[in-house]
Amino acid sequence: MKDKFNFLKNSSVKSMFVTYAIVIVAYLVMEALMFTGSVNYLLMDLLVPLCVYSIVAIGLCLCVGYLGELSLGHAGFMCIGAFTSATFSSLTKEFISNEIVAFLLAFVIGTIFAGLFGFLIGIPVLRLRGDYLAIVTLAFGEIIKNIINVLFIGKDSKGIHVAIVDPDALKMEADGKYIINGAKGISGTPHLSNFTIGVILILISLFIVYNLVHSRSGRAVMAIRDNRIAAESVGLNVTGYKLMAFSISAAIAGAGGVLYAHNLSTLTATPANFGYNMSIMILVFVVLGGMRSFRGSIIAAVLLTMLPEMLRGLSDYRMLIYSVVLIAMMLFNWSPKFKELRSKYAGVFKRNKKSKEAV
Amino acid sequence: MSFISYLINGISLGSIYAIIALGYTMVYGIAKMLNFAHGDVIMIGCYVVFTTVTGLGLNPYLSILLSVIVCTVLGVVIEKIAYKPLRKAPPLAVLITAIGVSYFLQNFALLIFGADTKSFTSVIPMNNIKLAGDKLVISGVAMVTVCICIVIMLALMTFIKRTKAGQAMLAVSEDKDAAQLMGVNVNGTISLTFAIGSGLAAIAGVLLCSAYPTLTPYTGSMPGIKAFTAAVFGGIGSIPGAFIGGILLGIIEILGKAYISSQLSDAIVFAVLIIVLLVRPTGILGKAVHEKV
Amino acid sequence: MSMLEVRNLGISFGGLRAVDNFNIKIEKGQLYGLIGPNGAGKTTLFNLLTGVYKPDKGVILLDGEDITGKKTTDINKAGIARTFQNIRLFKDLSVLDNVKVGLHNSFRYSVLTGILRLPKFRKVEKEMNQKAMELLKVFGLENEAHFVASNLPYGKQRKLEIARALATNPKLLLLDEPAAGMNPNETKELMDTIRFVQKEFDMTILLIEHDMKLVSGICEELTVLNFGQVLTQGETSKVLNDPQVITAYLGE
Repeated sequence: MKDKFNFLKNSSVKSMFVTYAIVIVAYLVMEALMFTGSVNYLLMDLLVPLCVYSIVAIGLCLCVGYLGELSLGHAGFMCIGAFTSATFSSLTKEFISNEIVAFLLAFVIGTIFAGLFGFLIGIPVLRLRGDYLAIVTLAFGEIIKNIINVLFIGKDSKGIHVAIVDPDALKMEADGKYIINGAKGISGTPHLSNFTIGVILILISLFIVYNLVHSRSGRAVMAIRDNRIAAESVGLNVTGYKLMAFSISAAIAGAGGVLYAHNLSTLTATPANFGYNMSIMILVFVVLGGMRSFRGSIIAAVLLTMLPEMLRGLSDYRMLIYSVVLIAMMLFNWSPKFKELRSKYAGVFKRNKKSKEAV
Repeated sequence: MSFISYLINGISLGSIYAIIALGYTMVYGIAKMLNFAHGDVIMIGCYVVFTTVTGLGLNPYLSILLSVIVCTVLGVVIEKIAYKPLRKAPPLAVLITAIGVSYFLQNFALLIFGADTKSFTSVIPMNNIKLAGDKLVISGVAMVTVCICIVIMLALMTFIKRTKAGQAMLAVSEDKDAAQLMGVNVNGTISLTFAIGSGLAAIAGVLLCSAYPTLTPYTGSMPGIKAFTAAVFGGIGSIPGAFIGGILLGIIEILGKAYISSQLSDAIVFAVLIIVLLVRPTGILGKAVHEKV
Repeated sequence: MSMLEVRNLGISFGGLRAVDNFNIKIEKGQLYGLIGPNGAGKTTLFNLLTGVYKPDKGVILLDGEDITGKKTTDINKAGIARTFQNIRLFKDLSVLDNVKVGLHNSFRYSVLTGILRLPKFRKVEKEMNQKAMELLKVFGLENEAHFVASNLPYGKQRKLEIARALATNPKLLLLDEPAAGMNPNETKELMDTIRFVQKEFDMTILLIEHDMKLVSGICEELTVLNFGQVLTQGETSKVLNDPQVITAYLGE
């Protein structure tokens, strides 16, 4: 019997269960508050977006913290997940009546497409060293947004029509319906997302990333992050593992997109929801969360989304504060001056360094 | 005839990219970092010209000079505050800082100048030239842009070849530690690089806003990214590479806009970046570097 | 057949011929030393053998298999493992995990098995832990198994690198200045460990070293490299008394 709980001794496993517990407790508290009617509408409207941001942040945390590569295109992967799943849902909403089945299928479609795009983007970029991934993913996010804004998909009795730039090129019959109507996006997506589904998706994402990180493949990914040349010298397939981790990271962002898309009746691709700013915002969550902490990413996502809503006066300065957070976090962690300061006062916050477990 | 005028527009836009790309490529060569904020320095430079000319009625030439000074100082200050403490930090930390600086400049401008689009009046007093019986019109701005670009390129190459400071730049880009041991002032050289790059950014900004007269806090970010693409295309770290990459990218963008789709022109430019990285990651003039093991 | 046979190997950087016309033959189970003054091309040679650099001339045969021009990863799979002059550990991973990364290709389960925590995951992980702990014990690192690698003292980091290299189950082990930065006591201990590895794992070892005590103490044969070329080769005692070698080291 004693042996069974041995695994809890491992502090990384413990930390994993603490994170699950925090998410579940937060969910239960929120549900209880809503049941007693003590939650205002403002906050209730925020619940699903909070889950969306948390999920995308988990995905990006895998990429930045564990793979050690910077992606500025996670909003783009979110966008892919949102549009592919919403297109699927709009096309099939007459055939699938069960909401759970419908969402599940949309989820599978959205994550697979986002993962696939991550894989395709990763092929040219991840074999290279340097800052290329950041710029290419940034470019990718913009391309996706551009293309979706000129994409037209329609459906009539003859089937599905696709056109780019010119809606007349669809050559639809008079009774045909737009599925994606260019810059007007997708309207009439079934409202399948809710807080409970959001929290379940957070838990699934956490399950995947935690188990991945604490497995053979996750160790390989972190080894490559720590020292690529040494990783090659012990026979790791560097590009393969980078691609794997990046695709999973993109797929998780896609899952966030699925949740996002099915929370809105009209889905459009604008700079505000799928643009560069969104990618940066998610990056701020991850950086503030401590870069290598999934739990920290979620907490930062929740706090930074709720704070400006609560303190309206701050909302003008929100982005400015985000940028300062990014710079300050990096300087605090890496600047020799701050390092000195920290080691000077390290005694105050002394942690037993020797027993400190590695990630 | 329209093809030729597209081509000229492309070369003109490409010249602007080339000037911006110089800033990226020099900083990348010397500090081995992607200065994400470079595009936003351009935007700040544009606002300086805009407010001093439109608001204060300053002489355009004086305002351009002022803009160059402001940008130069800004570039050096950014380097000192944000990048210098991170010389020994992992590249990821430097990159995130650079993104933070870029984001800071954008949102700072947003707070000060507002989100509304300012219409920039061209400060380049040059009339359009009509050729071939008015069929072919070459804009004055385009000609000035191309000329300025060529002058800058030649001046910069001479500077690096002929002056001590230029040679120091080469030395630092080859091997920072060795250069230090040989008595090169590494910090000073890096500052100088940022100063030159940022000063050029101000000039590029004036040219950009003269050709495309709208100004918002985000004006610099897209051209910045495209110019980085141009630098990669030409071979990052190479000054002639920045020139060739910039011109080619400008031509590709304008021709793509004209003959494929104006809404997809950005997508086409970035597709070029991805293809270059797939086929020849070192760019047209770049050299492969051996990592020290 | 020799474990390692290199013929006419060469590479240039710019105009500099860093390694030229290099030949060597190392038999199975041999402990072989590569010495030479700084900048003679020793580490470059290791980088050529492990595929970090591609030679522009010559052939490398490992146990009869041509591995010239292969990628580093594939060369490790073929059977060459190495350590680095400037230690390259996976610094944020635990000591145990560093070795487990070395075991990566010998103990397998899929990405999905890991994510879904299938029974195979627990079984293989347990085997990996055992094997890794065995290796750590060889180097006296078993008590530090859960330390973050970068928190180890310098000497132990060097040992961990050797343990990690051994974990890949190589035919040939390349050690790049294993005793650099160690005090005489640590060096002596290291010599014992290297001998132990040679006997216990029946390992062929090629090492670069400046510490002449270590070289003369454990190496059976030596190659002396100077300006990228072989100065002399042969039995350790003969090579070390060669006047040419003494000149190369001490100057004219």
